[in-house]
This record gives sequence, C-alpha cells and structure tokens, in this order.
Amino acid sequence: MSDVVKTLTAEELERRANYEKLANVIDLYSGKEGCLIQVLHAAQDIFGYLPYEVQQFVADNMGFSVSHVSSVSSFYSFFSTTPKTKHEIKVCLGTACYVRGGKALVEKLQELLGIGIGEATSDNFFSIHITRCVGACGLAPVVVVDEDVHKQVKPGDLAGILEQYRGAEV
Amino acid sequence: MRINDVKDLKKIADRYLAEVGKYEHTIYVCGGGGCLSSKCQDTKAFIDSYIKYRGLSEKVNVVFTGCMGTCAMGPVVLIEPERTYYVHVTPERAKDIIDSHVIAGDVIEEYTFFDNALGKHIPCIDDIPFFSEQVQIVLNKCGKIPFDSIEAYVAKGGFTAEAKALGMTPEEIVDEVTRSGLRGRGGAGFPTGIKWSAGMKAPGENKCIVCNADEGDPGAFMDRSAIEGDPFCLIEGMTIGGYAIGAKQGYVYCRAEYPIAIERFNKAVEIAREYGLLGRNILGSHFDFDIELRIGAGAFVCGEETALMESIEGDRGEPRQKPPFPFESGLFGYPTIINNVETYYNIAEIINKGADWFASYGVGRSKGTKVFALAGDVVNTGIVEVPMGMPLRKLIYEIGGGITDGKAFKAAQIGGPSGGCITEQNLDTPVDYESLTALGAIMGSGGLIVMSEDTCMVDTARFFLQFIQDESCGKCTPCRVGTKRMLEILERIVSGKGTLEDIDTLNGLANVIKDTAMCGLGQTAPNPVLSTIANFREEYEAHIVDKVCPAHICSALAKYYIVPELCKGCTLCARNCPVYCINGKAKTIHTIDQDKCIKCGTCISNCSFGAIVRK
Repeated sequence: MSDVVKTLTAEELERRANYEKLANVIDLYSGKEGCLIQVLHAAQDIFGYLPYEVQQFVADNMGFSVSHVSSVSSFYSFFSTTPKTKHEIKVCLGTACYVRGGKALVEKLQELLGIGIGEATSDNFFSIHITRCVGACGLAPVVVVDEDVHKQVKPGDLAGILEQYRGAEV
Repeated sequence: MRINDVKDLKKIADRYLAEVGKYEHTIYVCGGGGCLSSKCQDTKAFIDSYIKYRGLSEKVNVVFTGCMGTCAMGPVVLIEPERTYYVHVTPERAKDIIDSHVIAGDVIEEYTFFDNALGKHIPCIDDIPFFSEQVQIVLNKCGKIPFDSIEAYVAKGGFTAEAKALGMTPEEIVDEVTRSGLRGRGGAGFPTGIKWSAGMKAPGENKCIVCNADEGDPGAFMDRSAIEGDPFCLIEGMTIGGYAIGAKQGYVYCRAEYPIAIERFNKAVEIAREYGLLGRNILGSHFDFDIELRIGAGAFVCGEETALMESIEGDRGEPRQKPPFPFESGLFGYPTIINNVETYYNIAEIINKGADWFASYGVGRSKGTKVFALAGDVVNTGIVEVPMGMPLRKLIYEIGGGITDGKAFKAAQIGGPSGGCITEQNLDTPVDYESLTALGAIMGSGGLIVMSEDTCMVDTARFFLQFIQDESCGKCTPCRVGTKRMLEILERIVSGKGTLEDIDTLNGLANVIKDTAMCGLGQTAPNPVLSTIANFREEYEAHIVDKVCPAHICSALAKYYIVPELCKGCTLCARNCPVYCINGKAKTIHTIDQDKCIKCGTCISNCSFGAIVRK
C-alpha cells in the first residue's frame, strides 16, 4: 500500500515539476510577439505530447482561449494529443524515398508489427508513422526510428532494425 | 571580442590562418546531414583519438565541416594538402588512411571516390567531375570550414561584404542586387532587387526581413545543407538585406524536421551577438539588427509566404489574401520582405565582387548559379551547384554519374509537388527559369528527382496529389475539394478502374484549380498531373485501356507468374499463399490462378529460387 502512495507521489512530483518547467518557458517568451507555436514545441518536449490539460495550461498562462490553442495545435502535424510509444518508427515517403521503394517498407512494417499506420503495438513499444521528407534524400529510402536515421533500407532489413530496439531492452 | 571594423576582421583572419597554417595535414570530416546519418560522428571521434594516440596532434588538424555534397557516400573525408577525397570512411578505414596516407604518404586509392561514368577511382577532389563541373557561389564555404567557427568564416572573407555594405547607402545596395539579376531561389524567381526596392520604399519605422527556411518540397535538402554547413553566411546576407530595406528585426522560419540546422543556426546567432555582428551598432555603425529563429511544426503550406507569416505569428498556417502584399503589410502588420535561404547566400558575394561579376554566370534572364538536390535513381545523390543554363543531361550524367544500376532514364521531376517532369527528348534543355517553365516544369527550390524506367508516372502523379491532399490547409475550396477529386480519379486509374474520359476530367479540373486556388500551393498543385499527362499520356492509357502498369509498380494491375524453368516444386509459395491460389503438387511445377490472386506478393518473398516474377 505504501508503495502505491510512493509511486503516486513520484508521479505527482514529476507532473508538478513539468508544469513548473512549462511556466518558466512561457515566462521566457512573454513580451515577444506570436510565440504560441514555440511554446507548444517546448510543452511537447516536456510532456511528450499535448493532452487537453497542457493545452488548457498554455491557454490560461498566455492569455488565449483553449479553443485557439487547440486550433493551432491540431493544424500542425508535429503536435500530438496522444502519448508517444517507447519508439516511434517513421517511414519517409518523400519523393526520393517513394521512388526508391518507401511504400514497400510501410507495407512490410505493418505486416511485421501487425498494426496500421498511426497505430501502436499493444505493449506501446512501437508505432508506425509516415513522415514527410526528412532531407536525407541522398540515402533513400530511409526509416527514422526516434532520432536514428536508417539509410537505404530494404524490406528484408526491417526485422533486424526492429530487433535492435527490442534487443536493447533486455 | 567585439568586431568594430574591417581591421578587426583582418586581425581575426590573420590569426586564424597562422593557427591552421602550422599543420602539415588537415583532415576535413563531413558533418552534413547525409554523413551524420552514416554515423560520421563515430569516424570523427575515432580520428580525433587516433591522431592523439599516434602523437600527431601538432601536425594534423581535424576539422568537422558542413555538407561536401556526395551524400550517399558518407562518411566522406577530405585530406589536404593533397586534396584526396575518401568515401565511406568507417573508423576502420580511417585508421588505414591515417596510417598509410597521413603517416606514410601513400594514398589508398580503393577508398577514394569512384566515378561511375568513368569507371575508375579518382583520388583528387579537383579531378572529380562531380566537383570540377560545379561553380560554387552559394556553397563556396559549405563543407570547407568548420561550421561553428566564426574565425574560419572570417578567414574566408566572411563579414567583409557586411562591412562594405554598411558603408554604402541602402539605394546603392538595392541597385547592386538589382543589376546582378539575382532572382528568388525559392521557386517563383521574382527579381530580388525589385522586391528589396519595394521594401526599402515602404513607409514605416518597423520593418521585418524574413528568411524562408521551410524547405518542404519532398526531395529537396539544399537549404538544410547550406544552413548546417555555413550558418554565418545566412546571418550576413540577412543583415545586409535588413540594412537595405531598413529592418531592425529578422526572422528565420525553419521547419521542425531540421533539428541540426536549428541547433547550428541558433549557436551561430549567439556567437555573432558576442562579436557585435548582431545587436546594437553592428560593426561600429549606427545600424541595429537582430535575428530570431522560429520553428515550424510540420505544415507544407507554411512555405507559402503569407502562411509562413501566420505561422511565425503563432497561428494556424493558412495563407492570407493578397493584396496587401507582404512589403505593404506583412509580419505583425509591418512591411516585410521574405526571401529564400539560397537567395540570401548569394548576397555577400554580390556585394563583395559586384553585380557584373555575378551576372557573368548564367544565361538570359537567369543569372548566377542554382543549387540542386540530386536524388532518386541517380548514382551521385547529393548537393550540387551549377551555373544557370547547364543542360540537364550534363547535370544528371556527368555530375550525377548517370542512372543507378544501369537502368534507362525515364524522367526528371523538378520543382517538387509544384513542378513537372522533363523527359529524355528535353534533356538538352538549359536549366534556367524560362526554359523550364516553357516545358511545363518550374525551377522550384531545387529538388531534382531522377526517375528510371522502373517508375510509374501515373503513380508518381498520384503520389504528389496525395501529398497535396495531406498538406492542403483547407481554406479555399478549389484546393481542398478539387485536389481530392483529382486524387480519387488517379486512384481509380492506378487500380485499373479508370475510363478515358477521366483523363479529360483531370485536365479540366487541373486548369480550374490553377486559376482559382487562393495561394501558390493550390495554384501549382495540378502541375505534376498536367505534366505527366502531357508527356506520358500513353502510360495513363495503358492503365485504363490495357489494364497494365508498364513499370510494374501499381499493385492492383500487377500479375504474378511462376517461371516453369526455375520452379522446383517445393510448395513453399502454395503453403504461404493467404488465398490458396497456387496450384501444384510437391516436385511439380506450380501455377498461379490469376482470378483468385490478390497480388499480395507473399509468394515472391517466400520463393528461394527466384522463380516467381511480377509483371
């Protein structure tokens, strides 16, 4: 029982620390014009995503209505209102990657993980996303896992790439 | 220290040159985007420690630079004074190179650049056509200096143009830029001098100068390379522009997909402030100017100038109606001048060397050079800068090294989702604004995707429409609904359900959207469709009439066959087929029931004998 109380407190502490961080960021931008998007970037960095409460907090502290904050956050593909998975797999479907076989990579990944685009595995470990050009066209087709760029990927390489991340867990 | 005048610049340059001049060798390790993806940090770290281990720290200088250009061959390393260009330099290879080249003086030829067109290794960078055919104005420092060293930038003549410009009147600067013939490098090609003149004449205390670094065209990575490799040059170009139009504040709008560019540029801004090159009384003058970087959030439409301003202001990136034009009422309502990254990279050289020098490069009304991101089915993918007017054939075959795997050339897509394709018969067209427009393509920002015979042009058109559909902001109907209808028709065609009237409907819709969409994104969205219909109508007809995809790309039209001579009758394909459409007993030749086949391709990936083909 006491363990549960402890974990809750730890989570609550982290939550409060995160909101404090965000409040500092908003302070930093006060006095500058038009910084909502920059603040949302910072908020997503801190919380991992932008749940309703965070958007509400941003709205209250920057003097916007929450509907305005939501209209901005929902416009841009970079902002997410759902929690991130442990690892995000992003398959580039920019022109160069598309021409060099990006589509086959998406299909193979869906087959390997048994999930669709934008979906997460049941253990919240991987999710598959389509990304716009990441500017690594010289290495097409690329698959980006979190921040790692895997270059010139063939469908047959994918199982091995996934294993690198699964394996690192053990 | 603060830099107050040209003398201070010279002092810094002299000190830096004396410092680097004492080394016997300099090893330049490319830290461009492509090489970073190939783990060049590991190579750099190894070289650093191995140089120390071999006691060479006094003799060898190791420098981490921006993009050198050959992005698929990373990590790449250049060694001076021999100017030997090594590719695919893993830490293991780096050890060999230091032992053999740096210590023993023997170049390892098999680790050097391999020229596909000539079929041999070329050790010296100056002999490699990929480099020797280029003319670098924009990229003249990118990949040649450490990207984070203001001293190195100054030693290459950096900030001398700014010092010179601050001694000129704004009118003189605008006149110089106008006479140079420089046109906007973001795509539309509007004369920069005329734009600046409008900005200069616009009334108002507060004006803004903006750099569009929202390089959204899929397949384009020139601006990314320039900022990552030479961030100070952007600061210098924007400061000169700010002075010319009377702006005190500059903004760089960079897409969030480029974290390295963001990090390096922000660092450069901080350094420039320390040296008094941004802030109050720049270079000892009365001119105050500062730059702030704003990060986008993943919306292609924000590359459109009015949407970009909305986004900098923190709002949804929806375009504004023009007029008023940005130079009248732009960012935060102030007169605003917006230029592309590459445009600013030309400014310092124009001020330093003069309009006539700049205009001596190029043809007709297209002066100077253009940076291209070569990608797709071409051997030397990467970043190249060539004089305007170079024939596309030379760009693809001599600099680009030809088509990968010896395939036949089919088309070059230029200008991204707003552009069009150039076919074999037009390969000798000079690359300039007017010639490309006449062919139904556009110069665009510089993305050049080479496509081989294995590319389906109908599917390519569908790909671009899908992209536009995803990225349309939805504000105006022609773009929101019109491109959706076009996409539906194209999806019908690639799945074999199209009719010949569909082609006419596509053409009709395309022209209406061109005429009525609100911003540049919508107005140019139909271009890839119009261009592929004009050049590859027979491919559309093959999909519609013969129900065949000539390039064997469109899954719904593909057919799978078992080659009898190669089939061993192992039954692996039949056992794995999800719809049980493969017939045949063990050790007999199998066949596929075409009516039942769902074209999933599982059989191909299971066959160990390469006996199944897709046609």
